[in-house]
Amino acid sequence: MDKLTAFIDSSNYAESVCDHAAWIAGQLGLSVELVHVLERKQGHHAPADLSGSIGLGARTALLEELAELDAQNAKVAQKRGRLLLEGALERLAAEGVTEVKTRLRNGDFVEAVEDVGADSRVIVIGKRGEGADFASGHLGSNLERAVRSAKQPVFVAARAFKPIHKVLVAYDGGPSADKAVERVIGSRILKETDATLLTVCKEGDPMAGKAGTALKRLQDAGVTAKLVMRPGHAEKVIEDVTAEIGADLLVMGAYGHSRIRALVIGSTTTAVLRACKIPVFLVR
Amino acid sequence: MNPRHFSLSQYRQEWFGNVRADTLSGLVVAMALIPEAIAFSIIAGVDPKVGLFASFSIAVIIAFVGGRPGMISAATAATAVLMTPLVAGHGLEYLLAATVLAGVIQVVFGLLKLGALMRFVSRSVMTGFVNALAILIFMAQLPELTDVTFMTYVLVAGALAIIYLLPRVTNAVPSPLVAIVVITVLTMIFQFDVRNVGDMGELPDAFPVFHLPMVPLTLETLMIILPYSLAVAVVGLLESLMTAQLIDDLTDTRSNRNQECAGQGIANFCTGFIGGMAGCAMIGQSMINVKSGGRGRFSTFIAGVVLLILVVVLDQWVRQIPMPALVAVMIMVSIGTFSWSSIKNLKDHPRSSSVVMISVVAVVVATHNLAIGVLVGVLLSGIFFAWKIAQLFGVRSELSEDGTARTYHVEGQLFFASVEDFNAAFDFREALEKVVIDVSRAHIWDISSVGALDMVVMKFRREGAEVEIVGLNEASATIVDRLAVHDKPDALEDFMKEGH
Repeated sequence: MDKLTAFIDSSNYAESVCDHAAWIAGQLGLSVELVHVLERKQGHHAPADLSGSIGLGARTALLEELAELDAQNAKVAQKRGRLLLEGALERLAAEGVTEVKTRLRNGDFVEAVEDVGADSRVIVIGKRGEGADFASGHLGSNLERAVRSAKQPVFVAARAFKPIHKVLVAYDGGPSADKAVERVIGSRILKETDATLLTVCKEGDPMAGKAGTALKRLQDAGVTAKLVMRPGHAEKVIEDVTAEIGADLLVMGAYGHSRIRALVIGSTTTAVLRACKIPVFLVR
Repeated sequence: MNPRHFSLSQYRQEWFGNVRADTLSGLVVAMALIPEAIAFSIIAGVDPKVGLFASFSIAVIIAFVGGRPGMISAATAATAVLMTPLVAGHGLEYLLAATVLAGVIQVVFGLLKLGALMRFVSRSVMTGFVNALAILIFMAQLPELTDVTFMTYVLVAGALAIIYLLPRVTNAVPSPLVAIVVITVLTMIFQFDVRNVGDMGELPDAFPVFHLPMVPLTLETLMIILPYSLAVAVVGLLESLMTAQLIDDLTDTRSNRNQECAGQGIANFCTGFIGGMAGCAMIGQSMINVKSGGRGRFSTFIAGVVLLILVVVLDQWVRQIPMPALVAVMIMVSIGTFSWSSIKNLKDHPRSSSVVMISVVAVVVATHNLAIGVLVGVLLSGIFFAWKIAQLFGVRSELSEDGTARTYHVEGQLFFASVEDFNAAFDFREALEKVVIDVSRAHIWDISSVGALDMVVMKFRREGAEVEIVGLNEASATIVDRLAVHDKPDALEDFMKEGH
């Protein structure tokens, strides 16, 4: 099944997700599946009945009341969702992507990523969703969960689409980084782009040797690539170099470190996602 | 029905996804918990302090470790009635020890994933359970309504009027709380001659402290508390899992049953060490929580914390609450818990399910033990089911042209309940040279039916007939204990097909 799955919602990212999906579909020759997930907001529309009394037939009455509320909200959400998908469909068509399927799903976004995305090559999502708060610099609450639970590479779209010419590949010598390199070679996502391989280490570090090998692999595969080595904090260096070379896309391995460590100090991946203003391609 | 894996962000969402509404509903529930915790302490025969500490501790702990966000757990009637004899015979310390042990048992149940056993508790049994529970709560109020002053009845009626009529005017304040406040104030002003909570025993005047149950650690002690702990563990889990199902339905979300079992165990285990009695989820309170907009773990947590603060800070006032006000609140809870539609359904539902429901209620009211009631209900459901399935059985036969051979076609379900019909279907008095028994369209489920088939063959042979059995292999495929139809997509098709 050669398709990519793009998740859209009514946030500002939807258009950008469509554009990125169109670009990737073009690069890799995939069909596109557009998915919109209708997540039910818990308790937001619940009636404020604080009387604390339960009378005759309380259970049935309550069940019917809540079900009726949910039904009304769901109907509206469905209508909105279908419109959203139609809009996205038109946008993709305008960009020349013809093979598109749309799906509307209920339930949890992350579950949908696991279920729907299971048989696609790439997943495209926006950095933030409808409910996310821009001012705080917080990521969409679902992003990290989605990336962690997805089995395939996830493409995280930035606010707006820019044509992609320069790609930065962040390389930490770990297995997921090697995989990222292999992926990049295997998929033709880098065709007609310049790649920069970045490692965060000092000269003479054992990592440098590994990075050299990785660079050679890239060049052998016909990718125009150069190597940059720099000491410092991973997320800071990645942010700086991205700005310096004017990269349009960052490719990196996703969540390499243990979850325990991520709990305590936060993960590099999340930090980079937060700092970067460009799309990020996360490879597992 | 379980979530796929634990996720921190989901857990965070369960805590803080609905803070405003959870805080409000938690407050409403806390107000409603105070009278209940006191009333259930009185049922168990201990100081109100014990039930109040238990409600605080269970609610707060289950907020962290439970498997159903938004569910309220505390000291309950279902567990309190079980412990009355233990307290009467051995005292409070044994109750605390039994609480700790019940917690351990529940954790073990959770680890063994026994939550899945809930599938055998049919809808009729559940309805019987909630009706019996409602009746138990109501019956527990009767001592407060017998041999009392006339004023008591007046106050109960007045409180009930406020509870039921106030919501028609406003939904912004908890009507049971208003009822309690109004009746308390009236009683203090006019000095009515009614009993109050202070007369019922000790109230908390400080926060709970760690306290080891003072019982001798001997086998004898274990034998005393084990039956109570087992009953409490089972009843507690039954009520918790049923309430979880109810909230699942109300909110259209999923809960984690095995986590809930283990969580209830942890909560009870810890509660025994701060001088509280065992509890479980509360159907009525959980409904009140959902109705008030509570959905997350935070609502349960708030309910527990606010309850404790209220009783410790306001102990002088809580002491003054007249019993009639409490009785009225408990009557409301019992009325709200009772499934009134089940009475209407008695005439529409199949008789067997009505019998199951009524049996559960009758057994519980007789024994005061919901576990025994549920056991009886589950057994009856099983027997009725077997009885119904046993009807799906028939034997046809035809005689050959020359009248020397007969072919019997056995169809349908052969198992212990249909063996008798199976035996009666053959005519051994008919003198035949050859008998063919075709079981290819029958399912042989157990060794009772294998034995019966062997016996039929034996009898025909004794009458001088040659016996041939056709299709035994397919028919007996069902004897194997694990059908494992689920992992072979076509198995069910083949199994149900004709000629099987």
